[in-house]
Amino acid sequence: MSTLSLTSAFTLLLKRDLVLAYRRRAELVNPVLFFVLVTAMFPLGIGNDAKLIQAVGPGVIWVAARLAALLSLDTMFRSDFDDGTLEQFMLSAHPISVLVLAKILAHWMITGLPLFIAAPLLAMMLNVPSDAIPTLMLTLVLGTPTLSLIGSVGVALTVGLRRGGVILSLLVLPLYVPVLIFATDAVKTSIVGIPTSAQISILAAMLIGSLVLAPLATAASLRISLS
Amino acid sequence: MTSPLSDTTIFEAKDLECIRDDRVLFSGLCFTVNPGEALVLEGRNGSGKTSLLRILCGIRLPESGQLLWNGEDIFRLGPEYHEHTAYLGHKDGSKLDLTPLENLRVARGFGKAKAGITLEEALDQVGLYGFEDVPTRNMSAGQQRRLAIARLLVTDAKLWILDEPFTSLDRKGIEHMERLFEAHLQSGGMAAMTTHHRIGFKEAVKLVRINLSER
Amino acid sequence: MGSPRYFYHVAGKMIPWFAISFLLTLIAGVYYGLFVAPPDYQQGESYRIMYIHVPAAWMSMFIYIVMAVAGVISLVWRIKITEITIISSASVGASFTFLALVTGSLWGKPMWGAWWVWDARLTSELLLLFLYLGIISLYSAIEDKRVAARAISILALVGVVNIPIIHYSVEWWNTLHQTSSVTITGKQAMPTSMLIPLLLMGISFKLYYGAVVLMRARAEVLERDRNTRWVRELVEGEIK
Repeated sequence: MSTLSLTSAFTLLLKRDLVLAYRRRAELVNPVLFFVLVTAMFPLGIGNDAKLIQAVGPGVIWVAARLAALLSLDTMFRSDFDDGTLEQFMLSAHPISVLVLAKILAHWMITGLPLFIAAPLLAMMLNVPSDAIPTLMLTLVLGTPTLSLIGSVGVALTVGLRRGGVILSLLVLPLYVPVLIFATDAVKTSIVGIPTSAQISILAAMLIGSLVLAPLATAASLRISLS
Repeated sequence: MTSPLSDTTIFEAKDLECIRDDRVLFSGLCFTVNPGEALVLEGRNGSGKTSLLRILCGIRLPESGQLLWNGEDIFRLGPEYHEHTAYLGHKDGSKLDLTPLENLRVARGFGKAKAGITLEEALDQVGLYGFEDVPTRNMSAGQQRRLAIARLLVTDAKLWILDEPFTSLDRKGIEHMERLFEAHLQSGGMAAMTTHHRIGFKEAVKLVRINLSER
Repeated sequence: MGSPRYFYHVAGKMIPWFAISFLLTLIAGVYYGLFVAPPDYQQGESYRIMYIHVPAAWMSMFIYIVMAVAGVISLVWRIKITEITIISSASVGASFTFLALVTGSLWGKPMWGAWWVWDARLTSELLLLFLYLGIISLYSAIEDKRVAARAISILALVGVVNIPIIHYSVEWWNTLHQTSSVTITGKQAMPTSMLIPLLLMGISFKLYYGAVVLMRARAEVLERDRNTRWVRELVEGEIK
């Protein structure tokens, strides 16, 4: 026997994280619950005006998704850091950036996918026309992985800190702005009935860019945090 | 298994310097470890034993100096060097929500798997027979430490880097683990370790002792 | 430049030169900007705040790029001086960004009738300020300063990759939602008499940055090397 292939190491880690999430499945609901609660608070804050709610709907959903993603971000490496398994990754016979990518994918499946499923319901609650919902879903499927990827760098830099939470949001939220802008703009444009291919292409480009760069930056940051 | 004599693997440190929080912990540190030898680090608390072990792992960068595995810089080798190492730190590195068997499977997948030993056999060797499917959370601290040691057995790592490996083990457990370390060294393995416990190897094992506080 | 001790002495000699030339260009720039340059035919006298706002905005970008370059050097070659340059620059950069925001808001009041308008430039500056603050707070949160310097090097790099994207996205968002807003600096070519003080102020700000970053870096070098012999000898010499 010898070293596993890179793909098997990737799936091994992905499976491990999914099994761990399944064993603590009660916690899976938390990000979605947060997402729903924040979204439901907005109409209460701005008043019961159907037109106004519809106008702010896509923005509200995306801001809430962004906050929910931020809230769950900290868990990406936290428990692995605490129990020492993160150190073991660093000493693995595989490139760290690939293992990091497996962790980010697992984290997105655990926290991002539920948001994606809950989004159409919330969109209807906020009077987003049903024609625009496919565009909303498309922006979420392209945008939330980008958020996880960008966020992973911030988490990797703050994982060793006792009070990393506030710093994490300071590091990550400004970097989330482009995704937020293009995603909400795509949804708003589609409500009016104008094609949104430009925004969607930009979102896809940002996903590809972060897919290439973020794991490298995260691997380097983890090395620094553990030293 | 390679015989210790024909094996020419060599692990060297040249002029290592480590600075933590603007304080020099050690500098000009040199040593050589050959197959079958163990580097034993001594020194009082805060003398830099753990920092040195983490440098040997390649987790921490030294301020200056070089670490050579068969003449090649370990920081340049990266994962290629890590194929040959296994690290047991202060933290066990096991997931409490997984069973010992699942933990070992992940550990083996991350390193270079060792031929001729199943995961169950490794658990048996550290005295965890019958605990394969018990959640790790429900095991005692000593048992969790044993699981961490079992991790060393399932990979083909030549160099074991051990930071206080006997923590939470009872006297019998310590003796038992000493036999395992001894067997590793006898078969041509290498080790770098710290321990407060006096190591009682039965067979003649060459120990390279370095005291960090008397330097 | 490698050795901190050498840096300390060379920097000490350079600071007065930077400081004096900063003062000279500042006096010239302020005089030109306030008394020589003609009033703007649209904005009258209020445009003169540009002579602080625009150079400050330039500096906010310039310093960030300096930090990113220093970050690459620190990560690859692990040179102490560049590590120190990053953190010494961060708070200066944050101050310039803040200055650009405040002057932009002051300038906006007579033009837009509001202290804050979500103009593309101002919004980008605000986000840049957050990036600076992130770097400063991450550095102060990590106890081992060598580790902290490497962490902010990465952050500066991530930031510098993202800044163009952020700027572009904010501009996109702005043109869609605020077509009516007036851009602060007009698109038309600026007459030379208005341009000269702007360039003078730009040079003056850069010299100021040079002087301050050297002063801060010197202090940082002393603090980091406080346990070494050369710092002890230096301090003992000062006391005698």
